[in-house]
Order: sequence, then structure tokens, then C-alpha cells
Amino acid sequence: MSIDKTSVTPDDHAVENPEAAAGADVAVDPRLLVRERGFAGYLDEFKRKMRAGDLGSIPVVIGLIVICVIFQSLNSAFLSAENLNNIAVAMVATGMMSVGIIFVLLLGEIDLSVGSVSGVAGAITAVLSVTHGVNEWLSVLIALASGAAIGAIHGFFFARIGAPAFAVTLAGLLFWLGFMLQILGENGTINLDSDGVVGKLTTYYFSDVAAAYGLAVVAVALFFVTSFLDSRRREAAGIPARPLVDIVVRTAILAVVAFAAAIMFNQYKGLPLALLLFILVLVITDFVLRRTTYGRKIFALGGSVEASRRAGINVTAVRVSVFAIAGFFAAVGGLFWSSKIAAANQSAGAGDLLMNVIAAAVIGGTSLFGGRGRTWNALLGVMVITSIQYGLALEGIATPVQYMITGGVLLATVVIDSITRKTQKTAGRA
Amino acid sequence: MSATPVLALRGVSKRFGAVQALTDVELEVHAGEVVALVGDNGAGKSTLVKTIAGVHPIDEGVIEWDGKTVQINKPHDAQHLGIATVYQDLALCDNIDVVGNLYLGRELQKRGVLDEVEMERRSRELLQTLSIRIPSVRIPIASLSGGQRQTVAIARSMLGAPKLVILDEPTAALGVEQTAQVLDLVERLRERGHAVLLISHNMADVKAVADKVAVLRLGRNNGVFEVKTTSQEEIISAITGATDNAVTRRAARSNGEAQK
Repeated sequence: MSIDKTSVTPDDHAVENPEAAAGADVAVDPRLLVRERGFAGYLDEFKRKMRAGDLGSIPVVIGLIVICVIFQSLNSAFLSAENLNNIAVAMVATGMMSVGIIFVLLLGEIDLSVGSVSGVAGAITAVLSVTHGVNEWLSVLIALASGAAIGAIHGFFFARIGAPAFAVTLAGLLFWLGFMLQILGENGTINLDSDGVVGKLTTYYFSDVAAAYGLAVVAVALFFVTSFLDSRRREAAGIPARPLVDIVVRTAILAVVAFAAAIMFNQYKGLPLALLLFILVLVITDFVLRRTTYGRKIFALGGSVEASRRAGINVTAVRVSVFAIAGFFAAVGGLFWSSKIAAANQSAGAGDLLMNVIAAAVIGGTSLFGGRGRTWNALLGVMVITSIQYGLALEGIATPVQYMITGGVLLATVVIDSITRKTQKTAGRA
Repeated sequence: MSATPVLALRGVSKRFGAVQALTDVELEVHAGEVVALVGDNGAGKSTLVKTIAGVHPIDEGVIEWDGKTVQINKPHDAQHLGIATVYQDLALCDNIDVVGNLYLGRELQKRGVLDEVEMERRSRELLQTLSIRIPSVRIPIASLSGGQRQTVAIARSMLGAPKLVILDEPTAALGVEQTAQVLDLVERLRERGHAVLLISHNMADVKAVADKVAVLRLGRNNGVFEVKTTSQEEIISAITGATDNAVTRRAARSNGEAQK
């Protein structure tokens, strides 16, 4: 029969991948392997990814380095411990909101209301705790729950009624802005106790040097142990595993970054509480997205709604929950924002906040087209945006120019994203 | 081949409003047998498949599964019996890797966490037993060719260990090489004892892999043929109703006139 001609012998693959035949584990089907063992294999994989337009975090890391070099050469105070520590604290409000936006972007949707919702959360906390004397912890919980509920309402109109998320959240942007102004009352500004729960969010530092170093040690150790155990399990199951050298190199890179940061923090006030919370959120959300069925459902919806539906995924429930998550993190960001200015005021959640939140997610490498991204993107993206703001402020460059530069960076990122997609399409990866 | 068919339709009818989509359709599929379901556009192939898959419940007639009468009212019923359907639009997520797609909606978990290791191991095993050739189980579906995607979609249907696999136009829009891959896979399904119902427009594919050809015409049976002993022309004339073409009509008419 003519079809037999096309059935493939293992040798076929050797032509495509010379090292595969030699290096691959023979116990598993060698035809299924594309990645070979050893350094050459990695170089090959890396080149293949570059050609396919799978750039990952490389552009943004290069961007960060360029930003640091430029601002440091303009003003040597830029890389000082004080400035970097301030950046680390200032970026958390936007970063938290960005985490929520990434969930929505993964679905291929957008939430324009996060700025206003963050303002509502700050206002609720302030009104309850200051004006009505409610326990501050309780006020914070109510504010966070409100954020999630507001998000769920948006999600309901989008997922159940079928209105475009863009339009629903645009309406939300206006509505919740009005709602915030309404509950703030005529005075418009409510000052918060800077020693209270919300106040401490951005003013508390672990001044003990052990804290920053401890966090670095824990992070590095955890990374190594989980990677190592995972690799061992994969080997035991007879499937390709990350070689030890690879794990050691990755751990070493992480260790250098973590300890450099720890040393830097300890030179100023110590590890900021805000940053610790941000990193915790990133670890948890990353775990949820990549290691749980719930996260898998979100990615599936970003890839193909129809396929997800046929696979038995409750599309409406996932969509509503994702918008609730975005609302929740908007509220979290709102609390950090209030903490930074020690007040809830009428300008909260307005201005360029929304744009910065979306820009941070996209600059970090989250695709606007859905289905691609990680919450760690929020960290990288928000570092870029906040560094630019602080660098320009150090130079005494006024806000108009800041807007223009941030806009330019965002455009550049979206261009990279679009070109990446085009390259990926031609390489059959999008 | 067992005596009792895995699936048997007896006098199945289906009506959509004013349209009688299926009338008294009979069909038998045995284990280890590939039955091709052919017919012109609108002949009722898709409707028939959907009644078996539980998308449209039948109006009249009986569906027998392993000799016992069963009710298939929703897709879940069909899956529960062991019927897996691979639709023409494959329903795969482009951004998720092969393992993730194979297990989409039925992920293996270990203490609430995705058990990626076990899923990858079983995926490799499955692809290996089906001799499916893809570069890696950890690359996104977007990187695969049309034929590879089709094989992944078919492999996905095999995860539930179905007795009957329904393939809806699996080779439509595929190139020569890719079509061959898919046909290879269909043969492997037969070797492994699955019953296969293959919907196709392509006579060459049907001749290559099917054991029997069931022809539908205008919602009715128009013959079941043994592939080995039937010529392509005979099948095509059954599909198009060549017994009822311009020539035969003229002949019939002139006969009628002659009798007057």
C-alpha cells in the first residue's frame, strides 16, 4: 500500500537533528525528542526559539539594563540604594494591579476599570475606618471583597450577558469613578493613619539585615530543591529531565540577583514589606496559573474558547472568576496606592494609572492576544515603567515628557509583541 | 471480527422541523473494523454522526450498543458508552503544548496540583503505541502541521479507551504526506481492536483504509459495500444515485411513453 512509504523510521529524525541520535536517551522513542542533552542542545534550542520569535523576557531584561545605564550615566544617584529601594516600594501598587490585568489578558480580554476600582477600594477603607471608626483590618477585608465583587459584576455582564468586556469595563471605569467620588463626600480627601494597617503597607521595612538575606536564601533554596526534585521525578518516569548543570546554572543566576538585591536593600532601610508581599503574590499566582487545573483552564480559554467548551470547561464560571481576580488585585493595588499617599483622595485611580498597569503587563511580555504570559511579567514590566518615572524625576524632567517616554516604551513593546507574533506565525508557532 | 456489532443503528430517523434528515437508516460497526460513511453534501452524514455522538437525539429507531438497546440523549451518554468523536474542527488550543491538549479537561492531579510528569509519561506512551510522530510533546500545538494536529486530536480521543472512534473528515484539507500519516493511524486503531466510523469525501482514502462503505443518499441508506469487492465507480454511482440520472430518467420516460 502506498501509505507505507511515508511511515517514518527513526533515522529520519537524525537528519533533522544530528545530535539527537547520539545524545538522546534510547529508552524513550528518539523520534519524539527535539532537545538534545548537553550544551550544544541548549544552544540549538535557544537559536530555534530566537528564529521562531520566542523571545521570552529577553527584550525587557535588555531594556532594563539600557534604562539603568542611561540614567546612571546621567545621574549617579539612580543606582543608589535609596533610589532603588524607593522604586521597589513605589512599583508595588501598579504591579499588584498588573497581576490582575495579566489574568484578564490571558483570556484575550481587557479590563479598563481597574484604575477606578482601585480608587473605590482606597475610598472604602478610608471611609469605613476613619469616618465610621470600623476596625481597620475589617475595613481592608471589606475593601478587598468589594473589589472582587465589582470584578465579578463586570465578569457577569461579559460572560453571561455576552457584552464585550471592553465596553463593560469602560462603563465600569466611569461608574466606579463616580462611586468613589460619591462616597468620599464633599471634602474629597480622607487622611489615613500612617501607622495603621494600610499606612504600614509601604512604610514598613524589615530593618534586620537577616530578613533580606533570609528571603534570598529561602528563595534560592526553594528554587533549587523544587527544580531538583522535579528533575528527579522526571528521570524516574523516563521522560526528558533538566540536567543538573542546567539547574545549577539557573540557581546561580537567581542567587546572584537575589543576593545583590538583598545587599542593596540592607544598605538603605532593609527589605520593604511591600516588596515581600508583591513577591509572595507573584509566587502564588504563578503557581495557580501554571500548576493547577484552574490555571490550565484560563490558558485554554485564551487559546480556543470552543475547544475549552468541548473539553468540559465551564467557560462562564472561569471568565467571571478571572474578572473577580482582576477586581481583587485592583483593590489590593488601591490599598498600596492609598498607603503611599497616606490618604484616599479624589485623584486616586485616575491619570495614567490604568495605562501604566496595562503597559506593565504588556512590557513584561504578556500577549494582548491572549493565551501567553506569566504573572512574573508584571514584575519586569513595572520595574521598567517605575524606573523610567524615577529616573526622569531625578533629572527634574516634567510629567509631560514622562508621559511621552512611557508612551514610546509601550508602543515599542506592542510593536515587539506584534512582530513576534508575525515571526511566530511564519515559524508556525502562533 | 465479533458477531455482535459494537454499534448498530436500526431504522433510525431524525427530523428537524420540516426537514426529514434521516429516514430508516441502518448501520453496523464491528470491533476491529473501519466503516466509511460516505454520501454527497446534505446526505445526512453529519446528522448521523451527531445522533451517535449524542448531539441530536434520534426521533425514531433503535441504537444498539454491544447488542443491547441504549439511549443516547446527550454527548455525555455517548462518551460514557465509549464513543469518542473527533470533529472536523479539531478543538485544540494552539497556545498549549501537546500534553496539555491531550489532557485538557481531564488533567491528572496529585494533591490538587497538576501531575505534569505522569501526564507527560502517559502522553509519550500513548503517542508511541500509536506510532505518532511529532517533534516534542512539550511544544505548543501551533507549531505542528495540520496532519500532526489531526493525529494529536485523534490521540486525544483515545485517552478514554473508547470502543468506537468516529472521525469526521479527518483528511480534509491535508496534504499527501499528512493524509498518509492520518490513514496510518486509522489502520493502527483497527489493529488495536477499535471500531472506527470514518466520514470521508475522498474515495481514495476510503479505498485505502475502510473495510466497508456505507452510503447515505438523501437521508436514506443507499447500500453497504465490501471495499475489496466493490469498484470505485459502483460506490460513486451509489453516492450520486447514478441509477437515477439523466440517462436512466430518459430511458424510464421513453419506456413509459412506449407503454402508453
